[in-house]
Amino acid sequence: MSPDPHGELPVDPDTRPLHFRGHALLWVFAGGLLGTGARYWAEEAFPASEGHWPWATFAVNVIGAFVLGVLLELLARLGRDEGWRQRVRLFGGTGICGALTTYSAFALEVAELSRASAVLTAMAYALVSVVAGVGAAWCGIACASAVDGRRGAGA
Amino acid sequence: MIALAVMAAGGFGAVARFVVDGAVRSRWPGVTPWGTFVINVTGSAVLGIVAGLVIFHAAPHGLQVIVGTGFCGGYTTFSTAGFETVRLAQKGERLRSAAYAVGTLAASVAACAVGMALAYVF
Repeated sequence: MSPDPHGELPVDPDTRPLHFRGHALLWVFAGGLLGTGARYWAEEAFPASEGHWPWATFAVNVIGAFVLGVLLELLARLGRDEGWRQRVRLFGGTGICGALTTYSAFALEVAELSRASAVLTAMAYALVSVVAGVGAAWCGIACASAVDGRRGAGA
Repeated sequence: MIALAVMAAGGFGAVARFVVDGAVRSRWPGVTPWGTFVINVTGSAVLGIVAGLVIFHAAPHGLQVIVGTGFCGGYTTFSTAGFETVRLAQKGERLRSAAYAVGTLAASVAACAVGMALAYVF
């Protein structure tokens, strides 16, 4: 075994956990910027009126959950979480989908609907959102599995 | 101009989520994704306080848009919560999966209401 020609250098120049590495934070920031921009546009274009179903938040949450399901399942099937796959996950998954969807606005809307005496709408909005969000993520995962399965079978 | 501020705040919120999630995961590794739970509950509490300040104390609306829609919106996440619920169920943890979905909902709405109440009192 030949001696390491760069014995003076550390073996791995960056052993810090991923969430402390500058490049990872930058990918998440860039994705978060875009996801938040899209959600802000949706909230401005389709503002919720008092006592009524907040369609904008509902739509971004369900769409984001579906896209995240597709993305994470595809990436997991394509290989290990490193290199370009990790960058796509941080930018598109953690960044865009994570910031496009929101739990705080959803929780506030449930509280606001209750305060506006629309308790039934509040309860329906809360339950339908959670069920639709979980269902959308499940559909996304199933779609990605089906596409990947066909790719494997067709090859 | 305000759109840019909201987007930047959302970018920082997403980074905060990434760091908090990593920190919670390394401290409490296990099946239940406590990172996302902690993020969604704390973010909802902060948004409750901000909304309460705007409603009860006539704080500027820009505060709610930049800190609320921007930072809290980028910090908390609905998609990851849904995705993790499905992953738990796929691992055969059906009960934990259902408890995670219902627990996140109940705790986040309660945290938001408490935040609003705090803003009302003070």
